[in-house]
Amino acid sequence: MADFLMPALGADMETGTVVQWLVEPGARVKPGDVVAVVETHKGAIDVECFLDGVIGDLVPVGERLPVGAVLARVMETGGKPAVSVKASKSAVSAVAQPASPPLGREAAAPRTGQSTPVNPRRKVSPAARQRALQIGLDPDALSGTGVDGAVVLGDVERAGRRPRSVAAPAAAASAAHRGSFDPVQMRQAIASAMARSKREIPHYYLSSTVDFDAAQAWLQAWNRDRDPVHRLLPAVLLLKATALALREVPQFNGFCEGGVFRPGVGIHVGWATALRGGGLVAPAIHGADGRSPTELMEAMRDLVQRARAGGLRSSELTDPTVTVTSLGDRGAESVLGVIYPPQVAIIGFGRVVERPWVVDGQIVARRLVNLSLAADHRTSDGHLGGQLLAAIQQHLQSPETL
Amino acid sequence: MSSFTPLRMTYREACKQAIRDALLADPRCFVMGEDVGKYGGCYAVTKGLLEEFGPARIVDTPLAEVGFVGAGVGAALAGLRPIVEIMTCNFSLLALDQIMNNAATIPHMSGGQFAVPLVIRMATGAGRQLAAQHSHSLEGWFAHIPGLKVLVPGTVEDARHMLAAALADPNPVLIFEHIVLYNAEDELDPAVTTVDIEHARVRRQGKDVSLVTYGNSLPKCLAAAQQLASEGIEAEVIDLRVLRPLDTATVIESLTRTHRCVIVDEGWKSGSISAEIAARLAEDALYELDAPVRRVCAREVPVPYAEHMETASLPQVPDIVAAVRSVVKAG
Repeated sequence: MADFLMPALGADMETGTVVQWLVEPGARVKPGDVVAVVETHKGAIDVECFLDGVIGDLVPVGERLPVGAVLARVMETGGKPAVSVKASKSAVSAVAQPASPPLGREAAAPRTGQSTPVNPRRKVSPAARQRALQIGLDPDALSGTGVDGAVVLGDVERAGRRPRSVAAPAAAASAAHRGSFDPVQMRQAIASAMARSKREIPHYYLSSTVDFDAAQAWLQAWNRDRDPVHRLLPAVLLLKATALALREVPQFNGFCEGGVFRPGVGIHVGWATALRGGGLVAPAIHGADGRSPTELMEAMRDLVQRARAGGLRSSELTDPTVTVTSLGDRGAESVLGVIYPPQVAIIGFGRVVERPWVVDGQIVARRLVNLSLAADHRTSDGHLGGQLLAAIQQHLQSPETL
Repeated sequence: MSSFTPLRMTYREACKQAIRDALLADPRCFVMGEDVGKYGGCYAVTKGLLEEFGPARIVDTPLAEVGFVGAGVGAALAGLRPIVEIMTCNFSLLALDQIMNNAATIPHMSGGQFAVPLVIRMATGAGRQLAAQHSHSLEGWFAHIPGLKVLVPGTVEDARHMLAAALADPNPVLIFEHIVLYNAEDELDPAVTTVDIEHARVRRQGKDVSLVTYGNSLPKCLAAAQQLASEGIEAEVIDLRVLRPLDTATVIESLTRTHRCVIVDEGWKSGSISAEIAARLAEDALYELDAPVRRVCAREVPVPYAEHMETASLPQVPDIVAAVRSVVKAG
């Protein structure tokens, strides 16, 4: 039997609330299935389950629980039957059941009036906690193999190596999503992640002005005969060019763990999305380098809509290997980003502007876009950063190949 | 001088050769203590030295620790280089006033005008059925006192060479010789003619746990490490060698590789040097710890006389092995 735990949807999440179960006890689940809607500071997130088996107990809806709390028991295929809530409750007074503690906070409350802590602090060795912080994992969400079941270095290292699976879309209902997120909570989460970034990451910054005329011309030609819904935005070309450049200069696609670079598996671009009423999320566009502009446009529309309305999937929050922020046509001319730890780079695009530009010795009007890179100096140097910017610039000069 | 040093010798012989070298090298140097002359030393360390150096250099004293240790302090102040022997560290308590209030403080209270280059050797530890008044390990207490240096030779090499470094030091230096180690034998490397009295040493390398120890617990830890190796656990064994000043850096360096620490000390746990080490790890290396620090110490009783009880009261190899297993293998 395995436990389905409250996931850490980013380094800045501490608690979440199950607002809806999309499965019932007895339901069969497979990895990638969306099983619950969890309310976090990033809004309501569709949480995927990476276990294969049959759902046993579920925590009641509406309880705010820490990351790592057991949300459900899953009887893995071929395993023992799940203990029911009733059975496990009645067993509590008779025998201690360390393997199957009752679910959730309420159920864990002592029945005998003893002074058992209601929500006992998870045992994590100091070294493991430190390491987890470095690589952006929540150690409380891991299972421990150390003294007294403590989470130790080895557990964190193993979890850090485990590739985070990319889930196939599940059939589960999306109608019930609540779009709300708590702006105060989100502000706190952003504050904590960005303060950590500025505290720990030695940023360096590069920027370059890119001639966007060719790309603009290609876009106009493409969009001319299409309905508004099928038209492409400049952002798509920026995204695709960046993803392709990251393929060539992969040292910016991944994570800094304990000062050491760990390459990302796949290029999953976190697309910075401003939320109405304030706030920001950067969910992943998976495998961005392998998708056509049309597919990317669709993915981006879908993502932005779900980011604003609720319904992001947990893997979209945990998978990004790099972040791209594009300010759009009402944004500023340039941006120097703050890296989202433990990523190592954020690539920024300002608004496309028309300016005098020298082409073949002549001053002409050109559409230009400011391209910037903020990168982690622990894992790369400016020379390499320059190569990444050059590669992005080059791809934008041949939009037909994007 | 080392031409007549046999390559293989006992810890006792190493102590004696060190004293003999010191007497030959420096006319200011002399030995003083109970039964050090005619009787040849309670543990036979000074046997034969009276005949060789005469009663002016090998001085038998009355059974009066506060008196002869005080005389040693005075002699050191006056420019001599006394080596005072206290029969067992239990008896050093009678001389504690001289050691702490005079030897350790005069350099400080005189604003550095007077040095006390005194060396006090004493026997420490249990394991020879000498009962509760001759078997305790009090070196941890002395390590509490600023102004003293506290040496705990755990190898024949350190027994052979630490004395010279102690005599060269302008501070009062206490050397604790473990009574069980006197019969220990080892090869001496003729290339080694001096040792430092500042650093701990890694006596065996390993990656899974740091065993921090000294004195007679060192051979026990090495035996435990040997046994653990057959189970696939690689223990690093650190010989502290010097309890004051304590070389925390070497212990922490080891911990940054092993992330686990077991301290083995024949002293009692409460208020001990093992407690001090554990506290320093908590203060300065908390985030290196991947498991609780464990301590294997003497039971908190006066050391018993009966052999089986004495054995049971002291850290033994199986206790060390068990403590290591408890932090290395999942609990």
